[in-house]
Parts: sequence; C-alpha cells; structure tokens
Amino acid sequence: MLTAKNLECIRGEHRLFSDVSFSVNPGELMFVGGPNGSGKTSLLRLLCGLSSPDGGEICWNGTNIRELDGEYRRTMTYLGHLGGIKDDLTAIENLRISCALADCEISEDQAMDALGQIGLGGREMLPAKVLSQGQRRRVALARLLVVRSRLWILDEPLTALDVAAVELIKRILEHSLSKGGMVVMTTHQEIVMTAAAVHHLTLS
Amino acid sequence: MTINWFKYASPASFYFLAGRMIPYFSIAAIIFLIVGLYIAFFSAPTDFQQGEAYRIIFVHVPAAWMSMFLYLVMAFWAGIGLAFTTRLSSMVASAIAPTGAMFAFLALWTGAWWGKPMWGTWWVWDARLTSELILFFLYIGFMSLQAAIDDPRRADKAGAVIALVGVVNVPIIYFSVQWWNTLHQGASVSLVQSPKMATAMLSGMLIMALAAWMYSIVTILIRTRLIILERERHTAWVSELKEGVLE
Amino acid sequence: MIWWIIKRDLLLAMRRRSDVLTTLFFFIRVVSLFPLGVGPEASLLRVMASGVLWVAALLASMLSLGRIFSSDYADGTLEQMLLSPVSLPALVTGKTISHWLVTGVPLVLMAPVLGIQYDLPMEALKVLTLSLLLGTPVLSLIGAIGAALTLGLRGGGVLISILVLPLYIPVLIFGAGAVEASTAGMGSGAHFSILGAFLLVSIVFSPWATAASLRISMG
Repeated sequence: MLTAKNLECIRGEHRLFSDVSFSVNPGELMFVGGPNGSGKTSLLRLLCGLSSPDGGEICWNGTNIRELDGEYRRTMTYLGHLGGIKDDLTAIENLRISCALADCEISEDQAMDALGQIGLGGREMLPAKVLSQGQRRRVALARLLVVRSRLWILDEPLTALDVAAVELIKRILEHSLSKGGMVVMTTHQEIVMTAAAVHHLTLS
Repeated sequence: MTINWFKYASPASFYFLAGRMIPYFSIAAIIFLIVGLYIAFFSAPTDFQQGEAYRIIFVHVPAAWMSMFLYLVMAFWAGIGLAFTTRLSSMVASAIAPTGAMFAFLALWTGAWWGKPMWGTWWVWDARLTSELILFFLYIGFMSLQAAIDDPRRADKAGAVIALVGVVNVPIIYFSVQWWNTLHQGASVSLVQSPKMATAMLSGMLIMALAAWMYSIVTILIRTRLIILERERHTAWVSELKEGVLE
Repeated sequence: MIWWIIKRDLLLAMRRRSDVLTTLFFFIRVVSLFPLGVGPEASLLRVMASGVLWVAALLASMLSLGRIFSSDYADGTLEQMLLSPVSLPALVTGKTISHWLVTGVPLVLMAPVLGIQYDLPMEALKVLTLSLLLGTPVLSLIGAIGAALTLGLRGGGVLISILVLPLYIPVLIFGAGAVEASTAGMGSGAHFSILGAFLLVSIVFSPWATAASLRISMG
C-alpha cells in the first residue's frame, strides 16, 4: 500500500502544493488531475523517489520510501514523459536494456513477444529514430508487459497513442489491477476503467 | 545558565544575532589593522637581506593563511549542510567563498609585488604561489557552480560536493606541486624562510592575521545576512522586518 | 549489470562513430599545432613532448565529459538509472568505464605515433603510453563528478572545465613527469606508483561522489 501524508512541494519560490494526502491500496488506480503547472509531474517524481518532498512523507506498506531505497525501487516502475528511448538503438534493444536496468533481464524471445503484443510486430529491428511518436511510446510501454513490479507510476502514458493503443493500455492496466497491482497516473484523456477501484486526486 | 545553541541555527534568529555581532567585530578588525600596520611599517626592523620590500609579507602571509583556512571552513559548513540539510550552514558556506577567493587573490597579487624586487620578475612558478593559484581556481569553481544553478537547494548541495572533493584534493595538489617544483629546481628563495624572525616581525604578522580574521568574520556575517534575506524574502518575519515591526 | 551498461554505451558509440573520432582528432590537431607555433627544432620539441601530449590528452578528455550523461539525461534514461534497484555507483562505474574505453583508449593508442613526431626515443614512448594508460581513467573518473554536477545547466561545458581542471593538475604533473624522469635517466617507477595510487583512490571515491551528484542534479 502506498500512502502519502501532508506532502508539500516547493519549486524555486513557488509552492506547487501542500497538504496532499492519499493512499492507494492493492487493486486501486489513482488518476492525478489538475491544470498545467499544478505539480502533477512533480508529485509523481516525489512518489517514485526521484526528488524528496519539502514536507510530509511517503510510505510503502508503512515504511518511508527513503529507508526502503532499493527495495522500493524493485517494487515500482516509473514511466516519465521522457520515455528513456534511445534513437540509435532498435526497439528490441531499447526494451531489453530498459528491463535490464530495472533488474529484470529478459531474453530476446520475451522481448519479441512483448513488442508483438503491443502492436510493434515486424518493427522490432528498426532503430527508434525512424519510429513515430506513438510507436516510441509503445516501446516504452512494452516494459509494463514484462516487469513484475506491483506499483506503476505513469506520467501521461497515453500521449500520442491512437485509439487502439489506448484500449490496449487500458487492458494491460486492468490486468495488473486485477492481480493486486497499484497504479498512479496522470492523463488528460480520461479512460473508463471497468471493475477497478478508481480514485481521483485533483491538484489546483 | 545553558544556552540553546539550536535557536541560532534558524536563519531568522541568526540574522538578528549576526546583526548585533557585526559592530564589535568591525571595531576589532580596525584596531588590529591599525596596530598591525603600525608594527609592519614603523616598528619592525628593516631586513638586512631583503631591505624594505620584505614588509609586504605582513599582508601576504596572513592573506595566504586566511585563504587556505577559509577553504577548510567553507567545505566544513557545506558538508554539514549536505549531511544534515541545515540551510544556515550552506548559506554560511556560500558567504565564505567570495572572502576566501579575495584573500587568495590578495596573496597572489602581493606575492607578485614581492617577487618583482626579490626575483626580478612578477611571477615565479614557486610551489606556494602555484598552489595558491590553484586554490584560487577552486574558489572560482565553487562560486561559478553555485551561480549557474537557479534552485538554491541544488546549488547548496552541488557546491558542497565540489567543496568536499576540493578538500580531499588540496593536500594531493599541494604535494604534487611541491614534487613538481623540486624536480624542476625552481625558486630557492621562499617568502618566509628565515627561521629566527625578529619578534616585532612575528608579532606584526600575527596581529595582521587577527585583523584578517576579524575582517573575514565581518564580511561573512554581512553576506550571510544578505543571503538569508534573499532566500527568506517570502516568509512572514522578513515582511515584518520590511514594515519595521521587528527591530 | 555494469556489463549491460558498458555494452550499451559501446553499441551507442559504434552507431555514432563521429563523436569518438571528434575527440581523437581534437587530440591530434592540438598536438600537431605546437610545432607550428614554437618552431620545428627537434631538441626543443623533445623537451616539450610529454607536457604537450599530456595537456592535449587532458583537454580532449575534458571536452568529451559533457557526453557522459547528457544524452541519457535528455531522453529520460538517466531517470530510469536513478530508479534502478541496482546500485547507482555501480551503474556510474559502468558509464565511466565506457567513457574511458571510447575516449581515453584511442588517445593512449595514438600517443606513441604523435610522440614520434616529437622525436621521442623508444623508451620515452613506452613510458608516455603507460603513463597515459594509468592517467586517462583517472581523468574520466574525476570528470564524471563534474559532468554530474553540471547536468542540464546553462554553459555546462565551460563550467565543467572550471570545476575539473584544477583537480586534473596532480595527474598532469605525475603523468608528464614520468616521461621527463625517464628521459633524464632517473627512472619513472615512483611516478607510476603515484599514478596508480591516484587511480585506486579515484576508483573507490569517484563513483560515490558522482552518484550523489546525479541525485542532487536530478532531485
């Protein structure tokens, strides 16, 4: 369970938000909403531990994520709006390396399979620079198919995706939630989730 | 009576404490400077080897001491700020850097002035002068890094890392330069070589060192106060200060 | 894991060969400029050789420092590295090793050829190459700290040089000193021991300092 108590975030001289509290239980999804500049990305970066809050604390199963350190990072997957996709590497190399970084090495076949499922069949060997924005996004999202982490923190995962891909991501999320996974995500295009507990957190 | 030292770790209380201390240290700095300069120019005897030009050491040596010492103090406070995220210590570290750089520059400049009559040249690649030059570069590096970063928290921490890396390197650099200097048989005359200095010389130098100390404390306190005001300008106590509620 | 990172960075370098070659050509150009500036007299060049080659290697290595982290920073891979359960100092070590393999090793291999241009004797050429082999990894290790601290800053390139050059001085002194000592017939064993000590110390400390700096810069 992920809990946040009285989070406060200051960027420069600007207080983005304060007193933000919530908890996400197994099987729950939380949408983080709010206008541009309200601190959605900053909140997600706090949650994954990239930056530390100016006030309050973030706990995973009751323990502060600062103390858990590597153990927490093993249970969590973060996809930022920068996908971490290298132009000069092929789709399959990108996927295998990003999985290796998450300490979950996969074989060439597993990577082929995941890319096929996400709709990139036949493009596995193309360098990422010739792929479209949506296809690059898919390469990054393919990681969700192979990682075994329980908490997903996704920053605008649906940007640049077509309708079919959005539907696909929805199914992947629902599958993970049904197995007790947890998702925190920001998005501008609301998706309707069936059979999953959905929260909304709106930053103003 | 016990004093609650932690009270002064908050920028607001430090601001007022520093404000009260500045006049005393300023007076002390002026007194030490006058006495020190008097000894330096009138009381200390003329050196039989170096003539009147040697008198520059009364400025040069305290400046060199101070520049080295301040680097250690700066790295210490920056390190404390990094380890315990105490904002005030990081602010003090940032306040020390310009004073330290000024003393390093002063030591280089007076070294050159001394070198001209002694060695007949403005600059000699003497081990001490070269180390001082590198120390000056280290100060410049610290200040440039902090100046390039907009977010004050990142600036504090990044500055602390480079200051600590610098402190680890200073002995290595000094030792390397020493080795390099002996290998190339550079200048054999050193600025402070004579082991039995006249007492007037020694006392003059020590008093000038005290003046440098007092001056450093004053400038560092003033600069820390300015940094506190800048960083805390959105807090309640600074706006009250602006409206003249607090004294 | 370190192996994954090295493999990836070498693969990337293979696909962007021009980046590697730029550093190497910079080194060759700088070294070749000196005789044009000071004149072609062999005795003068022989005296200058170790200093010129070392300073050029130092500048070439420094110019390439920005690239250690900048592309990973720009495309978000660095975020993933910071969030990896694998220890960050280990990842940083991998990245520094590949930086050295891509920029340091070509300089080491090229140095004896350039040394011949400066009329260095055989023995001095060997010492020069060995001193660069020990010294250039130290440059990459120390430089990585500077690169991590200046990540994403305006004027990062100039800033790195201001931060890192003073810290390079001991390596320069003992690297160039080794060649001079051997030419003077004094033996360069002591210099090599000290360069080796620098290498060990920087291998132990630099990845930690770099990892801490990356967290500071990304936080």
